[in-house]
Amino acid sequence: MIEIFSFEFMRNAFMAGIMLSPVLAVVSFFVVLRRLSFVGVGVAHSAFGGIALGILLGISPTLTAIAFAIAVSNAIGYTGRHGKLNSDTAIGIFFAFAMALGIIFIGMSDQYNVDLFGYLFGNILAITGEDLIIIALLGGLVLISIFLVFKELLFVSFDREVALVSGMPVAFLDHFFFTILGVSVVISIKIIGIILVSALLVIPGAAASQITDRYIPMIAIAIAVALISTVGGLFFSYYADIASGATIVILSCFIFFILFIIGRCRK
Amino acid sequence: MKEHETDIGNKKAVYAELQDVWVSYYNKWVLKSICLKCYQGEILGIVGPNGGGKSTLLKVIMGLVRPQKGVVKLFGHRPDKHTRLEVGYLPQISKADRSFPVTALDVVLMGLYSRVGFLKRPGNKSRKVAMEMLDRINMAEYAEKSFGILSGGQQQRVHIARALASKPKLLVLDEPSTGVDSVAQEDFYELLAKFRDEMNISVIMVSHDIGVITAHADRIACLNLQIHYHGEPDSCFEPEIMQKVYGKNLNIMVHDSRCATCLKKHEHND
Ligand SMILES: Nc1ncnc2c1ncn2[C@@H]1O[C@H](COP(=O)(O)OP(=O)(O)OP(=O)(O)O)[C@@H](O)[C@H]1O
Ligand SMILES: [Mg+2]
Repeated sequence: MIEIFSFEFMRNAFMAGIMLSPVLAVVSFFVVLRRLSFVGVGVAHSAFGGIALGILLGISPTLTAIAFAIAVSNAIGYTGRHGKLNSDTAIGIFFAFAMALGIIFIGMSDQYNVDLFGYLFGNILAITGEDLIIIALLGGLVLISIFLVFKELLFVSFDREVALVSGMPVAFLDHFFFTILGVSVVISIKIIGIILVSALLVIPGAAASQITDRYIPMIAIAIAVALISTVGGLFFSYYADIASGATIVILSCFIFFILFIIGRCRK
Repeated sequence: MKEHETDIGNKKAVYAELQDVWVSYYNKWVLKSICLKCYQGEILGIVGPNGGGKSTLLKVIMGLVRPQKGVVKLFGHRPDKHTRLEVGYLPQISKADRSFPVTALDVVLMGLYSRVGFLKRPGNKSRKVAMEMLDRINMAEYAEKSFGILSGGQQQRVHIARALASKPKLLVLDEPSTGVDSVAQEDFYELLAKFRDEMNISVIMVSHDIGVITAHADRIACLNLQIHYHGEPDSCFEPEIMQKVYGKNLNIMVHDSRCATCLKKHEHND
């Protein structure tokens, strides 16, 4: 127990996981309600393009990744609403586009020692104090802003058309939501990795929905699921010496299955 | 009720007005040159065949569909943010998600969100209003039940309560009685009439049930692409008008136990 906290990188990883859990849980609550599970996948992959651009330009990959993720996330939301595309198709197009750009950027850059693998699969060794500050600031911003427009977001997720005619700023709320989705994805990449981060944008909310049909308990349970998965996953990955992101995701899947079975049995 | 109809003349305020409105979907006209007025304190019934453009007409009033041509006015001027607060809408097919984690009361509360205002949460006062509304629609005992476990008709009643909750000046209802049993329907139409009388609100209501419309609407519009009749319900049942609106299958519409006018007409014909 003591040993694990004697390493600074483990302390950083735990802090990051604990701060990210409520953010991912609350966002996943809305992702599940709005049936946007695959938007998370698309946005996470598009962040790769941003990271590659950051590496190419020699600036903070987090910044460029956030820009990419927000742009792609909103583009998916926009075409989903306005074009003759459903969001599935839009995701397929935009995420391929951003990934392809990323591969080209990486090819153009002469830096071969960048830890691409770390971005794809997560690398808790790479979490710096600066990352923690970014997570705290942006994660806090995401949580506070959701809290402020919670009732409007809830209404729009429930019944768009009626929300629109009763004066809810539907277009604004959509872009707001896609923006915080993009931000949440990017700040979680270092700990979980591009490939798996979308799992935590779905599983906490989905797991919670198995055992409750009230929104406040659902959010609370989602936060608990995310916390247990990240903290437990970090412990387990440390002692078993396996990839932390994957461990966190597998643990959250187990919790999902357990809650799924409990939910079934209670019916 | 009769006197109600007669004093709708030039005295009363016009709450909703369409002037020469045209709407097309994919180059096909679905509304042509629609002129329609709904006065303060009246229930305006809209009837017409499937695909006749009734829902589209309501969406034009709600600002959900923009007409290619024509003018929409609510409460005497072009709709804006503020007019939205004064209109309650019940869509024909609710796109609401059945498995959404809310209670019946939560849904009714949503109808009050725009009144509560940005950055604020509905408090006890809103809860009281919402409870009252559920009570009036005989759903009070289901207030704390999950919305998802209610039956289709019960959900429809909750939606109706949501539309009524903010006490709008104009209620726009697209087939409100779908799935609602006949006792609850009667209660609901009585409630509408009560709202009209107490608060002088207007109601625009689409229904397939001509009996219901004749019994409860003060005036009526028959719509099939165009408005074929706009006036008091009794004279709507002129065979020529019905023929124009519904085409050949008119008998389907005319048979209705509650529709005195229709029955008389039938005896006449036999
Ligand atoms: N979103 C849409 N896109 C394309 N065409 C549409 C759309 N909505 C309605 N239409 C067309 O407009 C016409 C009128 O439809 P509308 O829904 O207004 O009819 P309605 O009178 O409400 O019918 P119902 O009694 O079946 O509810 C129909 O021919 C329909 O095919
Ligand atoms: Mg319709």
